[in-house]
Amino acid sequence: MRAPLSWLKEFVEIPKSISSEQISDALIRVGFEVEEIIQEGAGLSGPLKFGKVLSIEEITEFKKPIRYVGLDCGEKEVRYVICGATNFKVGDIIVAALPGAILPGDFQIAARETYGKTSNGMICSARELGIGEDHSGIMVFSDGDVEIGSDAISGLEINDVIFDIAVNPDRGYALSIRGIAREVAGALDLVFTDPVDTLRDLQFTDTGKGVTAKIADKETASVFYLRTLSDFDPGAKVPIWMRRRIEKIGMRSISLVVDVTNYVMLELGQPLHAFDKSKISGGLTIKRAGSAQKFITLDGIERNLDPDDLMVCDDKQPLALAGTMGGQFSEITDSTTEIALEAVRFDPVCVARNSRRHKLSSEASRRLERSVDPCLAEFASARFVQLLTAHSSAKHVATVVDGEPRYVPVIKLDPTYIPKILGFEIPWSDIARNLRIIGCDVDENSFEVDPPSWRSDLLTPSDLAEEVARMIGYENIPSILPPRPKHASLTPTQKRRRAISNMLASRGLAEVQTFPFTNQDVIDQMGFVGDRAATYRIANPMSEENPLMRVHLVPGLIEVAARNISRGAKDFAIFEMGSIFRSSQKLIPAVSPVITKRPDAKTIQAIYQSVPPQAFHVAGLLVGKSENEDWQGKARVYTWQDAIAFAEEILDLCNLEYSVKRSDFAPWHPGRCAELIVDGKAVAHAGEVHPRILAKYGLPERSAAFAVGLSALPDSDLVKPTRVGTMPAAVQDVALIVDSNVSAQDVEAALRAGAGELLESISLFDRYDKLGDGKISLAFTLAFRAPDRTLTGAEVSEMRNAAVSSAEKATGAVLRTS
Amino acid sequence: MNQTDVESWLKSAEKAFAAATDLDSLKTARLAHLGDKAPISLASRSLGSLPAEEKASAGKIIGEGKAAISAALQKATDKLEAERDAKVLLDEVVDITLPVKRSHRGGLHPISIIKNEISDFFIEQGYAVEEGPELESGWLNFDALNIPADHPARTMQDTFYIEPVESGMVLRTQTSPVQIRSMLEHEPPIYMICPGRTFRADELDATHSPVFHQVEGLVVDKGITMAHLKGTLDNFAQAMFGPDVTTRLRPSFFPFTEPSAEVDIYFNGRWIEWGGCGMVNPKVLATCGIDTDVYSGFAFGMGLERTLMVRHNITDMHDIVEGDLRFTRQFGVGL
Repeated sequence: MRAPLSWLKEFVEIPKSISSEQISDALIRVGFEVEEIIQEGAGLSGPLKFGKVLSIEEITEFKKPIRYVGLDCGEKEVRYVICGATNFKVGDIIVAALPGAILPGDFQIAARETYGKTSNGMICSARELGIGEDHSGIMVFSDGDVEIGSDAISGLEINDVIFDIAVNPDRGYALSIRGIAREVAGALDLVFTDPVDTLRDLQFTDTGKGVTAKIADKETASVFYLRTLSDFDPGAKVPIWMRRRIEKIGMRSISLVVDVTNYVMLELGQPLHAFDKSKISGGLTIKRAGSAQKFITLDGIERNLDPDDLMVCDDKQPLALAGTMGGQFSEITDSTTEIALEAVRFDPVCVARNSRRHKLSSEASRRLERSVDPCLAEFASARFVQLLTAHSSAKHVATVVDGEPRYVPVIKLDPTYIPKILGFEIPWSDIARNLRIIGCDVDENSFEVDPPSWRSDLLTPSDLAEEVARMIGYENIPSILPPRPKHASLTPTQKRRRAISNMLASRGLAEVQTFPFTNQDVIDQMGFVGDRAATYRIANPMSEENPLMRVHLVPGLIEVAARNISRGAKDFAIFEMGSIFRSSQKLIPAVSPVITKRPDAKTIQAIYQSVPPQAFHVAGLLVGKSENEDWQGKARVYTWQDAIAFAEEILDLCNLEYSVKRSDFAPWHPGRCAELIVDGKAVAHAGEVHPRILAKYGLPERSAAFAVGLSALPDSDLVKPTRVGTMPAAVQDVALIVDSNVSAQDVEAALRAGAGELLESISLFDRYDKLGDGKISLAFTLAFRAPDRTLTGAEVSEMRNAAVSSAEKATGAVLRTS
Repeated sequence: MNQTDVESWLKSAEKAFAAATDLDSLKTARLAHLGDKAPISLASRSLGSLPAEEKASAGKIIGEGKAAISAALQKATDKLEAERDAKVLLDEVVDITLPVKRSHRGGLHPISIIKNEISDFFIEQGYAVEEGPELESGWLNFDALNIPADHPARTMQDTFYIEPVESGMVLRTQTSPVQIRSMLEHEPPIYMICPGRTFRADELDATHSPVFHQVEGLVVDKGITMAHLKGTLDNFAQAMFGPDVTTRLRPSFFPFTEPSAEVDIYFNGRWIEWGGCGMVNPKVLATCGIDTDVYSGFAFGMGLERTLMVRHNITDMHDIVEGDLRFTRQFGVGL
């Protein structure tokens, strides 16, 4: 909402000593964000004169139209200027900047030779004067609007300060000069004169029969004023001061009738709608559209009405989308002489729905959906009659009313509540005084508070607490820390996530965060199928490019890797931690209990269960070389082993036991993917990314990835360590020949099983695959230790042999004798 | 043989050892003065032929002489060995300024870093860090927060809805549903923060992203006031922006708080909007079954991207969301 200082001053006595910055600060303090203080006329100095166009010479030899214009600026001689605009004719009045004038942007006007003529000044557009964005042509006035040769700076009230104010949705009353002026007065302790007070006694006599007004359903509107006027002269002109005020607020001047409706709306906050009475059949009724039908609004757009749309209808058809926009059929035209002026206090929700259904937010709907003072239907429509009859030949014919204003109830306030919630002592008299500033009636004995008609948002003691705090000033609330609660710490899950992130980061992986959106093509390219491919669809995605929720983290990492490669990166490792959204659960219709009380346990459970589980994963992608190549020599390339090792290290970090199994699992290479199993459940996959995917995204061959389902991991058990043995260990090496398809893990497990309890550790120290015949050799080091004695050679040999024969039995291994 | 002889042997040995220039010449000197043929060794061997009454005193003189010569040898050996070692090590000198680090530089995403930092700050104050699902029930995201069905925030322009729309499932537009879950699950006192990812249908540009992060805080206890909210925010702002930062509360509107405020910070010479806050609307407490005669509460919420951008002077949101390693690596792990 824009508010010109010159207009505010009509309702608030602002002394000269108060600067516009002080007014802005005061507004901010009471909750009105001043987004901009616009100094109109800053950088503009005269002479700026109104001039009448006497002659136009079209100069045609240039690329664009050029006019050489003769002007009467109230001077002895005709003044000639060059002008590039063409939106004026002989007899029009324009604004001319004469030599010596300075326009905003330090644009100095001087007599100059141009287009082969002498130009003695410049004809100005609104933008050139810094008073509007309109640059489509110069400003044009008609004879009689202004005095020829008079100063245009004062004539157009150019020198002004305009506050551009963001109004919160609960403060509809402040979408008006009346509302803003009241806040300025309250915040600066100045005298406020309510413009409504002067309208209360306005009486119009009925001279004929007016159009009838009816509210079909009292839930949709409380009060409907319909004022009929006749004898309007369509040629009536908009007074300059009215046009300028409308323009300063950012609207366009259209015609006297429309301008007066807008002027009154801006002044008081009540949207008005003027119908061409000659187009109305019978009376007007506020009712639902009732059936689907076509309707053309003022903006010329044909809309499909919803049966629930609230309309203002005559006996035949809908004429206006209630509170939102009028219809083309009954709009005011340049031949309108009879007017029906509607002022209604519509139900905010009805207007909000009209506006949303038709994606049509108008100046009227913005105000009505935020609640308008119910008393204004009467006074704003009276103000319309007052202004229109004063500035035209229009005459009041009749006023018809249906319904009556409904006001918010009285609030019973416990005055101790307010200091209790604000956190500092406030005398009761101060509470009452501050509530009165915002317009409440306060009975200081009972502390019954009657909110003013324009504050339908004041319903509860907490609403009043905000008003008191606002008027006292939030800056006067003390700053105190709350009592310190008992100790808190991260949960084990949160600690785990942090440890994993820190481990990966310190091991050279950079964390990324991608948008969790994807599409069917990516899912298919990755090779996801079945449950792993099923996901939720966004009804209104940012773009149709990615309408689905992600089912895996690796595709996002691949896209980020491709982006980094496109920007010149070659060798790197990245990881991401986050939720994935497989549609494991069918969504049920919303469970939406009333909010006036806590829902019962069953309902709460139903709400919780309606939310599908969202698995939390960590995944990494290893691209190119595992270190930077430099003078120290060649660097190793990341391989499937690195990916599996990272997955294992994550499980090690969580202190979990796991086994590893070969797996054929998207998006990995079918022969180079490991599945890590904890408590019989696959919790992680790692290995080389499928070559087809790497090729598709332009990633280096052999790039590897891991993904660990963190939410699937069991909690770590409390560690109960075994005692550390101090007796010497006996170390034995064994080399076994097995078929190349036998996994090292199986051989190791068999050795471990056969070796007995005194086996302390086992490790694969060599793997030789050049034996031929589909055989490989696996060499292990076994370390034995007894807690209480040094093992004898015979004991160690026996355990070693037992281990070997267990491996022979389980895997067909043969002991390799050099 | 007498004391004088032994002393002269020692002197000549010391002289010879001192004259040795390396360990090899020292070995020659050792053989000459301590070897089998050395005078002191010969004298030692001849002890047996001495009369018994002389044996003891002569043995003592010779033993002491031998020990002195050995000590002199050791001293010379130590010196020459040290010289040799120093020479060898000097030959092994390298250019330790050569670039030796080859591993990739990893790092945490700055959003994770600031999230950890905020979590640590509030944990230290005794707050729990709570989380909730990103795909969330509309009732928890809107209704329970007193955001009525026709509130502008619920229209399709702002919220991502999940099909079928009748399910009411949304991508949470704020982390506030975690506050509701917390109040439904726990009895007061409640001291919690909920950092997390949130979604709004805004186009990605320099200052907006459809996917962003918030941290919200909630306190519900006996006697909680707006002064406590202010104290907490002052403390939090100083932790984020340094001890010189100033905060300002401005009256505002949120359906879930009353009174409501915007919190601004004065940072680097200007006022910057940081977040929203207020006293928990008694309607919201009632929806969660909390007795409003006994308990009151405050809540606040900030954007993590915004906090990060203001604090680190990041001018374009794209850097935060694109995952370019050159951006992320600058943050390390936030230490």
